[in-house]
Amino acid sequence: MTIAPPLAPAPVETAPPGSKLAGGSGSVSWMAWPALIAFTLFGLVPLVGVFLLSFTEWNISGAVKPAGLDSWRTVLADPDLLHSLWVTFLIMAFSWLVQTPLSILIGVFLASHQRYRAVLAVLYFIPLLLSQAAISITYKALLDPNFGLGASLGWEFLQQDWLGDPVLALGVVVFVVSWQFIPFHSLIYQGGVRQIPTSMYEAAQIDGAGRIRQFFSITLPQLKYTIITSSTLMVVGSLTFFDLIWVLTAGGPGDATSALAVEMYQRGFKANLMGPASAIAVILVLCGLVLALGLRRLGGRNQADSQLEGV
Amino acid sequence: MKRRNFLTLSAGTAAGAALAACGSSGPADISTGGKAGGASYWTLSGPPGESVRQGAVDRYNKANPDNQIKLNLFQNEAYKDKLKTAFGAGQQPTVVWGWGGGGLKSYVEAGQVDDLTDWFAQNAPVKDRLFPSSFGPATINGKIYAMPAETVQPIVLFYNKEVFDQLKVSPPQSWGEIMDLVPKFNAAKIAPFSLGGQSRWTNMMWLEFLFDRIGGQSVFGDIFEGKANAWSNPAAIDALTKTQELIKANGFVNGFNSITADSNADQALLYRGKAAMMLHGSWSYGIQLAEGGKFVKDGKLGYMNFPGVDGGKGDPNDTVGNAGQYLSISSNATPEAKETAKKFFSSLLDDTEQADWIKTGGVPIIKGADAKLAASPDADFLKFVYGVASNAKVFAQSWDQALSPTAAETLLDNIAKLFTQSIGPQQFADNMNAVIGK
Repeated sequence: MTIAPPLAPAPVETAPPGSKLAGGSGSVSWMAWPALIAFTLFGLVPLVGVFLLSFTEWNISGAVKPAGLDSWRTVLADPDLLHSLWVTFLIMAFSWLVQTPLSILIGVFLASHQRYRAVLAVLYFIPLLLSQAAISITYKALLDPNFGLGASLGWEFLQQDWLGDPVLALGVVVFVVSWQFIPFHSLIYQGGVRQIPTSMYEAAQIDGAGRIRQFFSITLPQLKYTIITSSTLMVVGSLTFFDLIWVLTAGGPGDATSALAVEMYQRGFKANLMGPASAIAVILVLCGLVLALGLRRLGGRNQADSQLEGV
Repeated sequence: MKRRNFLTLSAGTAAGAALAACGSSGPADISTGGKAGGASYWTLSGPPGESVRQGAVDRYNKANPDNQIKLNLFQNEAYKDKLKTAFGAGQQPTVVWGWGGGGLKSYVEAGQVDDLTDWFAQNAPVKDRLFPSSFGPATINGKIYAMPAETVQPIVLFYNKEVFDQLKVSPPQSWGEIMDLVPKFNAAKIAPFSLGGQSRWTNMMWLEFLFDRIGGQSVFGDIFEGKANAWSNPAAIDALTKTQELIKANGFVNGFNSITADSNADQALLYRGKAAMMLHGSWSYGIQLAEGGKFVKDGKLGYMNFPGVDGGKGDPNDTVGNAGQYLSISSNATPEAKETAKKFFSSLLDDTEQADWIKTGGVPIIKGADAKLAASPDADFLKFVYGVASNAKVFAQSWDQALSPTAAETLLDNIAKLFTQSIGPQQFADNMNAVIGK
């Protein structure tokens, strides 16, 4: 093959169709079609549908009646929406605060080559293999105020009204979310850490930097884009927590853990108000988009830039 | 038998059910029973009801080979979704099984089910053998739109006799006695009342009784009829206040807000002696019998109707719960199919079906069914349920089923907040007044 070495000045960013880079057999844009078709059918079409539904009145069984801005007025004037937004934000913020440091530490640990690392890695990943519903049911049973772990073992500090107290219930949701997703983000960080060239650490060692100094001066800065990727997944993902909360607390006690997705489900499928439920869905989508774009901005304009220049 | 299956697993279940509802079993082949006079009948699957329903249809079909009933059975949540879709598409069955009340009202308002008032007038024997109270949820705007069927399930105050004996106290005969018992049980480290508060409708049963005992049936009657500010009735405010007083006095088990009724943990608290009393549907008897070891067999389970409130206007004989299950006839069915359906209605709750229901621990909604209960091993409880149902002048329907789904969801939401004390009685009434008639 006669591919030009990347160090040579190459002002053309994308290879022209038919070039050797594309495999030499014409355009490959068709390869994107299956994903594009799937995304259009299952991503864009429902999105447009939900957007249109938010301007209608529909009780699932009856006819869809146009209702103008009624649903939006109902939803935006409802204090429950603000409350749900606040709950969603709390879950998002706290689960990010808990997950990110722990995931980085575990990821860095797993990326090294210590003894028992493989065994521990398998143990860490178990929560990721379980379904959210199964995890929630298990935790609900463990935290049951009368038949749970605390009551059975007789340990005072475990005998709290974990899911019946508004503050504790929110804490439990954050804990269970973190428990499930830390393994996933550790995996991302492990991959990130492995890509940091060892020559950097060797140079640091020669300069006399200790382990902690190496972590803060090399590992963390080099993980910048990994952190942004992982944070995007955490933050946008936390908008959609539904099954976990629904099984664990059903939005309760009262409405203490009623996040946007739970609120949406209750309006749509319990109260048969598809219009307002669709409006909440649109708000959810907008929140997700804004957050994802905002986080991308954090990483600067050219995320594709190499961080390894000069190595 | 559980009151209903709660959708607890995931949104996927709902989506799955919705997909199943528009699935491949083309409605064309199930909406008619094949022959001209055939009728289709959709109802719930699952024990113990399924075999009894199947048996009733089989016996009818054997006796009427020319105009058959075709039975289709669905799981509870799937049935609700399938029925909604079918009505929307005009593909509903001839005979529609339901819960009466708010759900039936929405069909009536859309002109989707037939008025059966005249038929019942012409066929007095069919009507007269059923409990009069069972016609409540079948009656919309003074007209009967459904045939009451199957069994009666009142809400009952269960208590653990052993615990009462230990403390040398007797079951409460009034609200005052309930409030007196609360500190006594709490001092003995036994929860006065078990409650699966996360399920929300369990909390609602307390309000249903207190509203009735304090202000009589008209309090909720006004709400049901959509009168403005009906939730602000002084009796309603009093009932809501009393409920919160009981919560503040630690009347309910520690952590009740996170206990679900569908896990039966609330019932376990009662039969394990961790709680002294529990307000629950009569179906809980079967659950405690099955799961409580020898608790029920040793006669430790006590049961009574909810006591009166001193100075209250309501009759302490009144009860709430499910007065029956309901069969309606679709308006869009052919006249022949409608005739078949009516013939089928007349055949329902024959001696065999009554015996079948009694075997499942249910009391059929037939006057004089008590004579048949004696042979059952659970005769005492069944006779008690029969007594409650036949003595009740008012058999109120569960509120969440009496109201429209939209109002019911707001109600349950506010009940949850009332029980966590994040809102007070006045705020509750204001929130609910806003959705009256919706």
